[in-house]
Amino acid sequence: MLLRTRNLTANYGQFRALFGVDIAVAAGECVAIIGANGAGKSTLMRSITGVIRNGADMVLHRGEPIGALSSAEVMQRGIAMVPEGRRLFPSLTVEENLLIGGQVRKAPGPWNLEAIYDLFPILRERRKNPGTALSGGQQQMVAIGRALMSNPELLLCDEISLGLAPVVIRDIYAALPKIRAGGAAIVVVEQDIGKALAVADRVYCMMEGRVTLVANAADVTRQQIHAAYFGEAA
Amino acid sequence: MYRLTTRTRAGTATAIAALVLVVAGLALPAIASRGVIQDLFFILTMLTLAQIWNLLAGYGGLVSVGQQAFVGLGAYAMFAGVILLGWNPVWAIPLGGLAALVLAVPTAFFAFRLQGAYFAIGTWVIAEVTRLLVAQWKTLGGGTGTSLPREATSNIVGTDMIRTLFSVREAAARDILAYWLALVLVVAVTGGIYWLLRSRLGLALAAVRDNVEAARSVGVDAGRIKWAVFLIAAAATGLTGALIFMQTARISPDAAFAVTDWTAYVIFIVVIGGIGTIEGPILGVIVFFVLRSALADYGSWYLMTLGLIAITVMLFAPKGLWGLISARSGLHLFPVRRKLVGLKIEGGNG
Amino acid sequence: MIWLDTLVQGILLGGLYALFAAGLSLVFGIMRLVNLAHGDLIVFAAYLVLMGVTMLGLSPWIAALVAMPLMFGLGWLLQTVVLNRVLGKDILPPLLVTFGLSVALQNGLLEAFSADSRRIPAGSLEGASLNLGLVTVGVMPLLTFASAIAVIVALNGLFYHTALGRAFRATSDDAVTAGLMGIEPKRIFAMATGIAMVVVTIAALYLGMRSNFDPSIGPARLIYAFEAVIIGGLGSLWGTLAGGVIIGVAQTFGASVNPEWQILAGHIAFLIVMLLKPRGLFPRAVD
Ligand SMILES: Nc1ncnc2c1ncn2[C@@H]1O[C@H](COP(=O)(O)OP(=O)(O)OP(=O)(O)O)[C@@H](O)[C@H]1O
Ligand SMILES: [Mg+2]
Repeated sequence: MLLRTRNLTANYGQFRALFGVDIAVAAGECVAIIGANGAGKSTLMRSITGVIRNGADMVLHRGEPIGALSSAEVMQRGIAMVPEGRRLFPSLTVEENLLIGGQVRKAPGPWNLEAIYDLFPILRERRKNPGTALSGGQQQMVAIGRALMSNPELLLCDEISLGLAPVVIRDIYAALPKIRAGGAAIVVVEQDIGKALAVADRVYCMMEGRVTLVANAADVTRQQIHAAYFGEAA
Repeated sequence: MYRLTTRTRAGTATAIAALVLVVAGLALPAIASRGVIQDLFFILTMLTLAQIWNLLAGYGGLVSVGQQAFVGLGAYAMFAGVILLGWNPVWAIPLGGLAALVLAVPTAFFAFRLQGAYFAIGTWVIAEVTRLLVAQWKTLGGGTGTSLPREATSNIVGTDMIRTLFSVREAAARDILAYWLALVLVVAVTGGIYWLLRSRLGLALAAVRDNVEAARSVGVDAGRIKWAVFLIAAAATGLTGALIFMQTARISPDAAFAVTDWTAYVIFIVVIGGIGTIEGPILGVIVFFVLRSALADYGSWYLMTLGLIAITVMLFAPKGLWGLISARSGLHLFPVRRKLVGLKIEGGNG
Repeated sequence: MIWLDTLVQGILLGGLYALFAAGLSLVFGIMRLVNLAHGDLIVFAAYLVLMGVTMLGLSPWIAALVAMPLMFGLGWLLQTVVLNRVLGKDILPPLLVTFGLSVALQNGLLEAFSADSRRIPAGSLEGASLNLGLVTVGVMPLLTFASAIAVIVALNGLFYHTALGRAFRATSDDAVTAGLMGIEPKRIFAMATGIAMVVVTIAALYLGMRSNFDPSIGPARLIYAFEAVIIGGLGSLWGTLAGGVIIGVAQTFGASVNPEWQILAGHIAFLIVMLLKPRGLFPRAVD
């Protein structure tokens, strides 16, 4: 298994946000994580990437414990993240934002500046602009490109459609199959259940810090999702 | 019947112990040597400055590196009152507090425009400017400084009484008087801060320190509280400065505005003892004094050690020695936290 | 034309202050760290260079070159072992730690080198001057100013045109997200402090060649340096130069009226700028 969490718990001070979460992602797979606001999806992403540190055994990468590693160390193992809210570096231009993604770890693979510009052509025109001078959708493209620059094995995307117009969301989601074709496994955290099910092989639903549903995207039913999402029988 | 109280058994014990200590302290000159009285004077004045700085930084979040401005100006104002106005030194001490208060107004006006680190540096620059300006004051000795005139030091209010009471010489009587005043000052300052922290202002202060935005949203005016704390601290620092230099009877800009003596040491005392507690500075000043006595013969090694200890404490025990003690024992000699007490419904008396 | 002469001397003096300040500006800009020991570190480096000159018989320039890697290592260690542990949202811990370091350094130097004032011998350069027609300027001040510009150009080049500089800016913007890029913020901070100490060595060389120094003069240099950084605006190195020049010019004009007003005039210039522009002359857009 490429990535696995095992009985993962996470706290913010006294407040517990995750209660024993188990998920697994196989190489090349696309997994969706859905759940209402505050369900703990972003906390799960932060715990995997070492932004929140945990017990070493709670997160395993190819069977090795990485739960206690720093986010830099996790990233250098090939796990890249598109963080919630995009978080571009305001002092860096678009191109510098992309370059910094592949500056420390640069594994062999399909992704480099040219490939990113081919994936999102608008960025090529705006390469000299400060990252924060772009529209929300363009910023999201930069954030995805930035994470791809290291040619990660696993790409974690936290709410890449948040606050974007439907046409822009379509463009961004259109990139996901190309990214998979490049060999990366993908985890998409998504509020939009339809979008999530359309791209994913499997889906996890979270509620109040726990996984309430694991299913294949192809055969999960509306009722099952409704029950897992809201915690009630439909 | 429930009520909010900050009273604890340790707190009551502290109050009694403090009372006993103060009474004993007042009577001490009857048996103690002049050297002991001078040491105690030093300890008490440093403790006063430490409590004040702790109020500013530990409780108010105002990290000033310029408190020497108020020590120095307070001292110079006292000298001015004696030399220029012919006042008795004891009556000139309040002038020191007043002068520091007056300086604090433009200082606050300027420094409160600056954030965080800028604030710290801003206060330091103002202290430097004050020092350089005072060094231009030729009637008070300019850059080389001056001494209190003989006529003034020889008939300070109360020294005659002390001389007959303890049958000591004039200089020793002056030390005893200064020591008594220092004792009164430290009790007033510590008690005042304790009272402040237990009052509504104390709650507001904690709210402001923890989160200015949140405090504002519940109706606490952070700006006004900071002003109040800054001005009170400045006035008290000025009084302390005036008292310190009444005892030495000699002043110079470099001594009166020394960043090392009046800010660095004071900060070390607070940090080593434990910032944000009233107990901390008390413990800190004891450690400071013991170190000073133990390493007195080693000159600059002493200061080097002090600096290194402060660093070590900050790294490994950021809440200071008192933090370590109270974490182990749960002891709070000056309880400021409120807790709910009341009668149990079933007739208990807890 | 006396005022023109004063102006030129002031500008050149500003170069020295900019050198004092450049390292501070770098560290302050990247990690918002207030290093109250910066002035004492300059003095420490001056003694290091002096030792190279007196004990190894090196020329001051070579001695400074030798001291640079040592100072880099010292800065790197200082950041890794001490400062990284206290960096955070609260500015108090780093402030207190560097204050402790300042006092410890001053007294350590006092113990090692006594309170006697010393000077790095600069040979024939010491009194040399250059006639520029309208004004005559000392070669040493001119060299100092040129070095300040060279240092700022080099630091800006590093900052804006290298991968390391990119990592500096990214970490300064958002250390958590920089971590997600594989950048270890603490390592970046250690590099930054190391580089700042190299700049400190250059500042120390000129400090020691231009005037006497002793263990106690660090804090005053720190204040000038901070004033220059704050006047210039957080993170702008050219702003730092401008800040240094403003203080230098204010000081020389103050001194030309009354020698006792030199330092005072510099501080007052700082206070005026702060009253008018609390964020400095060239603040960065993002902060
Ligand atoms: N920095 C934080 N400090 C304290 N609590 C936090 C913090 N971040 C998140 N939480 C809490 O943890 C819980 C999970 O939050 P999380 O951000 O993981 O949810 P989410 O599923 O990503 O929600 P959303 O869809 O709104 O992004 C929430 O109750 C939230 O209030
Ligand atoms: Mg989220």
